[in-house]
Amino acid sequence: MQNSKLKIGDKTFISRLFTGTGKFSSSALMEEALLASGSELVTVALRRVDTENIDDDILKHLAHPQFNLLPNTSGVRNAKQAVFAAQMAREALETNWLKLEIHPDPKYLLPDPVETLKAAEELVKLGFIVLPYIHADPVLCKRLEEVGVAAVMPLGSPIGSNKGLRAKDFLEIIIAQSKVPVVVDAGIGAPSHAAEAMEMGADAVLVNTAIAVAGNPVRMAEAFKMAVEAGRMAFESRLAKPTSLAVASSPLTAFLED
Amino acid sequence: MFKELFDNYNWDDVKASIYAKTERDVIDALNKNNRDLEDFKALISPAALPYLEQMSQLSHQLTLKRFGRTMQMYVPIYLSNECQNICTYCGFSFNNHIKRKTLTNEEILKEVAAIKEWGYEHALLVTGEATQTVGVDYLKNAIRLIRDQFSNISIEVQPLNQDEYEILGAEGLNTVLVYQETYHHENYKTHHPKGKKSNFYYRLDTPDRLGKAGVHKIGLGVLLGLEDWRVDSFFTALHLDYLEKTYWQTKYAISFPRLRPAEGVILPKMELRDKELAQLICAYRIFNGEVELSISTRESERFRNNIIKLGITSISAGSKTNPGGYAVDPESLEQFSVSDERSPKEIAAMLRQQGYEPVWKDWDLALMTTGHGK
Repeated sequence: MQNSKLKIGDKTFISRLFTGTGKFSSSALMEEALLASGSELVTVALRRVDTENIDDDILKHLAHPQFNLLPNTSGVRNAKQAVFAAQMAREALETNWLKLEIHPDPKYLLPDPVETLKAAEELVKLGFIVLPYIHADPVLCKRLEEVGVAAVMPLGSPIGSNKGLRAKDFLEIIIAQSKVPVVVDAGIGAPSHAAEAMEMGADAVLVNTAIAVAGNPVRMAEAFKMAVEAGRMAFESRLAKPTSLAVASSPLTAFLED
Repeated sequence: MFKELFDNYNWDDVKASIYAKTERDVIDALNKNNRDLEDFKALISPAALPYLEQMSQLSHQLTLKRFGRTMQMYVPIYLSNECQNICTYCGFSFNNHIKRKTLTNEEILKEVAAIKEWGYEHALLVTGEATQTVGVDYLKNAIRLIRDQFSNISIEVQPLNQDEYEILGAEGLNTVLVYQETYHHENYKTHHPKGKKSNFYYRLDTPDRLGKAGVHKIGLGVLLGLEDWRVDSFFTALHLDYLEKTYWQTKYAISFPRLRPAEGVILPKMELRDKELAQLICAYRIFNGEVELSISTRESERFRNNIIKLGITSISAGSKTNPGGYAVDPESLEQFSVSDERSPKEIAAMLRQQGYEPVWKDWDLALMTTGHGK
């Protein structure tokens, strides 16, 4: 039996592993790793691609039918700039999908919730399929859902930190109450972290650094592919939770049996 | 402003505390997760030299985590060597009798055409300080002239006022490099006896004006060797720390210009050996995982080939340090002598061979088109 497919906006995905394109030692290696990952949604920074050059090195290596491009707005500091950059990306890369990233803080790259909500609302009206990168903030996720985003992308821990699901308690709440798909983005440093997110019921994960800077990025991509599939399969198979329930020797409910 | 913080420090006290750091302090600094300025002192102290290999490994790992296996490529374009300052270490110093030149529009475009051939997308515009000829209007014109051809434009020119930075920011300026040269207040005056540059505090507070103007990235540094490089580097780190906390939306970069021989200039007061420069680069990375660290063609081929794995994130190649040096007037006098003369193509090949992707483009004017800051 196959894992169920994931639907976001107008697209259906078999793979629940989304990937990033930064930090690889070459575009050729990036291509090989992403192919090995089975990923069907690949985020690419507008700042890194030369949209006027049809031979752009990054885009050339992403020209595979299974890769759907997810342009991101990394570098913008506010909603206004994000909306402008999104329109440039839509025109240049011919997709209305957008990973909305507004992190005015260039040190920790933490998202600005206020600007993100503002930009999301406007971009949805402009016809974008918006996937916002945000803190694991359950209320913000509901607000974004209300303005019409296609999915939410809360972070597991600070981006690039490889620390795993430090925001687990909040992610659980988000997953429990979200009506749109939840993609855990940022901080996933090992396949076990990805599997953990999937077992919790996340709809997908996005991984970049852990694959790109691994000793062998291609094998690591494959490891993530397997972990995501295993985690999802476990979730769909209704994973038995660890229990500490014991049977007392003097049951409190014995009187009900009389 | 940084001046208020800076004035609480005394050069000699800082120096004494750096040289008093022990092996124990170094080991503690290496074993922490987050390091403070006292740890930085330990890492640049003589006591840390025996730990250079451990520092290098740690610096490499931290850099890999943040920047991946990539290296940003940039190139300087010298627009003018006219200068009204006397700086005892600089080839463009007012009292040096060299042919002065400021590029015209046509000449700028000729230079740009030459470096675009190499694939550059990030350009650094450099001038001396000659307000009449290369003031804000000249710079604004130059940025307008070339901005369609570059994704990222930086300047390394005289310190400007906040409103002037705002004007240039609106034209597409991304980054400003402004080196204090030395934080030794007294000796600063002897190194810069004449010209606007002799105003220590105006230069010291330049990064504050940049932060307020919403410039995206600020580059800091000192001229290593002019004074005790350890003390100067501590003050640079103090400056960085202050700026990061104050202007938290701004990115920061550090450069490592080592005093090198040039026409009619002084010799270093305190030489910085290769080993110590490597130590300094690692110390910055271990202190700050996110700051960009840049190395220029002042350094030798062998040093550059090896230093890229120790924390460096951006590198220049094929640089000419004379106005018109690429195409217009390749024979004119340079600001300092370039040591690594390899072409950008050769540097890119060297990077790839070491498992690094040379990054030509990592910015887009579309990201700042609606203006700066808020």
